[in-house]
Amino acid sequence: MTLRALLTLAVLCTSLTTPALADDRTDARRQVKFGIEVAGHGLWNEAIYRWERAVEIDPTYAQAYNNLGVAYEQAGDMDKAAGAYKKALALEPNNQSVRENYELFEEINERTSAADDD
Amino acid sequence: MNARVLLTTTSAIIALTFAACGGGGIYELPIETPIRPKLDVSAFQRVFVAGFLSGGSDEVDGNVETVRLLRSQLRGKSQLRVIDADALPLLQLAATPGASVGSAGGSVDPDPAEFEDAVINDDEDLEAHAHIFSDVAYWKRIGEEYQNPLIVTGSVMFTPHQRQGFVQREEEVYDTFGRRNVVPIRTFQERKGFILKPKFIFIDGRTGTTLYSESFREEVLYQANQVTPALSSYFELMERLIPSFLGALSSQSIRGTRVLLN
Repeated sequence: MTLRALLTLAVLCTSLTTPALADDRTDARRQVKFGIEVAGHGLWNEAIYRWERAVEIDPTYAQAYNNLGVAYEQAGDMDKAAGAYKKALALEPNNQSVRENYELFEEINERTSAADDD
Repeated sequence: MNARVLLTTTSAIIALTFAACGGGGIYELPIETPIRPKLDVSAFQRVFVAGFLSGGSDEVDGNVETVRLLRSQLRGKSQLRVIDADALPLLQLAATPGASVGSAGGSVDPDPAEFEDAVINDDEDLEAHAHIFSDVAYWKRIGEEYQNPLIVTGSVMFTPHQRQGFVQREEEVYDTFGRRNVVPIRTFQERKGFILKPKFIFIDGRTGTTLYSESFREEVLYQANQVTPALSSYFELMERLIPSFLGALSSQSIRGTRVLLN
């Protein structure tokens, strides 16, 4: 009886939480998609807002972090860009597109910050 | 019936796998990364590209050419007014005995003819003359003469260079069936070219003190049988550095492309 109750509870929990997670993911994807659309029209601030929302909704969304890295780079905010790219890579270390973006970013970042102190 | 169920299930699994792998969305977009200037030049209205300690090659006058190039770049891409004046003969000035010109009260304009033998062949020679950059009194005097501009000076080493070794290149080959293949071929080559090592020093003309400095190194190599004038190589190498030089004084942007993901 107890086992049956536990099983029922587990099934109930799963049935309640899974759609919620799926909804979150869908909402986050929607934000990312819209961000890409507006970025394509040069509206980078709006894109940043959308992608920040996306990672708020789903903090494991590597693609959204990657896009934020690109957008912060476009805005000249190199520290934030580095943070976003690193987060994306931490979430998906084998994502070749993220890695290429990050390498291109690093090249510029190193070139512009390298200087003598003497 | 069973086959139908199996087909439907397989299709669903394939569709889910595709979605999970992010089957869509790679979008390549052009971006422009704005680079903030490394130096706050808001206190200056003018810039004086004063001159450079130069050496390494007899074929290019690194002082005159660098002064001319940087002034023309600054004219087009900086808000500062560029002062036109003869390039200072820094090498002769630095070689003048006891001519820590400002502080010692010596002559600011020693007779260049007297020190025209001074040459810089290598980094050691350059080091021996580099004391001029820390002569605060001298640069302050120069600053006063030109109404307190931002002063740009430094050194330019432009040296011939050659290298031997194996170089890998790709070659097209066709097999017996006429199929094209690209294979890497390693060949021993002798190549020659130049190394450019400039150091840009930015000095506050009001105080004579160094605000900022930055060093670079670029090299170019050509096939040994290729004839490239030294001056062309000099400009080819300088062109690579100009954005970084300008980036010290004014906002620049670097164009590129990045990939957005869905």
